[in-house]
Amino acid sequence: MMTLKVNGREHQVDADPDTPLLYVLREDIKLNAAKFGCGLGQCGACTVIVDGKAVLSCVTPMVLLEGKQVTTLEGLGTIAEPAPIQRAFMEEQAAQCGYCIAGIMMRAQALLQRSSKPTDEQIRAELEPHLCRCGTHMRILRAVHRAIRLMDTADVSSAASGSAK
Amino acid sequence: MTGPSRIVAGIVAIVLLGGAAAAFAIVWRPAIAAVEPPRPLAFDAALVKRGRDLAAIGNCNDCHTVRGAKNFAGGLPVPTPFGTIFSSNITPDTETGIGRWSEAAFRRAMRSGVNREGQHLYPTFPYDHFTNVSDEDDRALYAFLMTRQPVRAPARENQLSFPFNQRFAIAGWKLLFLRHDTYQPDPKQSAEWNRGAYLVEGLAHCGACHTPRNALGAERNSAQFAGGDVDNWHAYALNDRSHAPVPWDADALFAYLRDGWHPDHGSARGPMAEVVSNLSSVPSSDVRAIAVYMAGISGTPTPDRKREGEAALEQAKSSSAKASSVPISLTNTAGASIYAAACASCHASGRPLPFGGVNLALSTAIASPDPRNLANIVLSGVQAIEGERSPIMPGFAASMTDAQVSALLSYLRAQFSNHPPWSDVEKSVQDARRAQTAFLLTSPPPRNAPVDPQQREKP
Repeated sequence: MMTLKVNGREHQVDADPDTPLLYVLREDIKLNAAKFGCGLGQCGACTVIVDGKAVLSCVTPMVLLEGKQVTTLEGLGTIAEPAPIQRAFMEEQAAQCGYCIAGIMMRAQALLQRSSKPTDEQIRAELEPHLCRCGTHMRILRAVHRAIRLMDTADVSSAASGSAK
Repeated sequence: MTGPSRIVAGIVAIVLLGGAAAAFAIVWRPAIAAVEPPRPLAFDAALVKRGRDLAAIGNCNDCHTVRGAKNFAGGLPVPTPFGTIFSSNITPDTETGIGRWSEAAFRRAMRSGVNREGQHLYPTFPYDHFTNVSDEDDRALYAFLMTRQPVRAPARENQLSFPFNQRFAIAGWKLLFLRHDTYQPDPKQSAEWNRGAYLVEGLAHCGACHTPRNALGAERNSAQFAGGDVDNWHAYALNDRSHAPVPWDADALFAYLRDGWHPDHGSARGPMAEVVSNLSSVPSSDVRAIAVYMAGISGTPTPDRKREGEAALEQAKSSSAKASSVPISLTNTAGASIYAAACASCHASGRPLPFGGVNLALSTAIASPDPRNLANIVLSGVQAIEGERSPIMPGFAASMTDAQVSALLSYLRAQFSNHPPWSDVEKSVQDARRAQTAFLLTSPPPRNAPVDPQQREKP
């Protein structure tokens, strides 16, 4: 048994130390925003935030998460009260099939938490590890820029409630 | 003043004057007159094309181009034990580049490390190898560079401490270490071997990274190709001290240098990635010649080495056949767990290279006496090359602490090599993380495009 902190809550999980975080999130804690894409850390669909950094949860074993704070997309906002990054992606209609979007939002969120005004070039470089087969890249970029504007006016810390810093 | 003391004073004066004259002769180099920039059309197209291939073999773009900036405009910080040296602008810009250099000035820079104005150049510019480049090849390189897009990019100030910031000190260095003789073919060897030797010892300057340097930063001739340092990476030994689990031969070297990977050795990464990217676009006969010569440098493997190589290949085959059964280490469970979740899904999958990960029993990084390269690759991963299909590996800097990376590295060393444990793994990991952070801060995205816009599709 080990304790895993996800979105500000502690979970007792019965998992081997080499179990990938993604499996525990989806199967044990039933948080399904992070997606299984390739299972090899090559597509970005499984990205979550661990202690403020974007991490590929499919290649992150539980042994690495002792005492760390995990944030998934569910931890950013709710349907009634979406976080700025979520509102921005909806307002720009940045998702087509949407499979890659949760991971992309998490990496964008991690970027915006550490630098409030990234350039377009920085955003592109940051999101490079993510694959999107539908080709909504331009909308995704617009959504990140919109999120920057929204966060300028919104309170960022309340959006990432108590989890990622 | 008495007679004898006057004689002594005279002798002292003569010695001092003589010394000053000698020092002047050693240090002083005349400027070579500036020329009107030659028109690009003045150069023969075939000569320019040959210069392009030679520049790729010489890996010129690697140092003279900053990622994401204009080709050959210089400004790349090159870390050395003496401080940071910034590469120069070798585009034909008349103010900040070499636009007013004559061919003679260019050749003098290549041969003796002196710029057109007569200043000594730091040996980060490997003229100790370029002495071997023929007049003909210098002419082609000159034609290629003078027909590039001129870019206005003033030189950046080097960050060196005294006395290394004094350019006259370089003259002393040259006196000690620069040999002016050019490459002489060996009539006992084949034409192909000689071509390879000419390129390796000259323009390709392989030893600049793969040969260890002495305290004054000169290559140690007694330890040629015994392994050196470059940009926080270890450049592997290429001679009989190579730690590659499977001994190299000419065919493997050719495939690796041409394609950037080989099934028994893995993919080129770190600074070598730029080298193979350049070599993928030059005549294959030249790459073949380099491989033939380098195979001679590695020598014929001893029967023991051969057996070890076969054993490594056997281990690689058997561990990928049963990918799911990861060997359990009782002493290093953290390392074993990390390997199982983060590494094995690619490296023990048995999928062929270059898109499957190399089986780690074949990894030179793990067999190497220096854990730096493995630390670099685990932290930063292998990034995709823009516009090409290429192998990728995620970096783990964000998800692992230094202690966790160290545990993983120690596990890999114990599991996949027959060598004793590394002694200072955690320190290497800390250094690698620091260097990686500095690298990410100094290199603006996106990554540089190949010099040649006509990109070769890699398999």
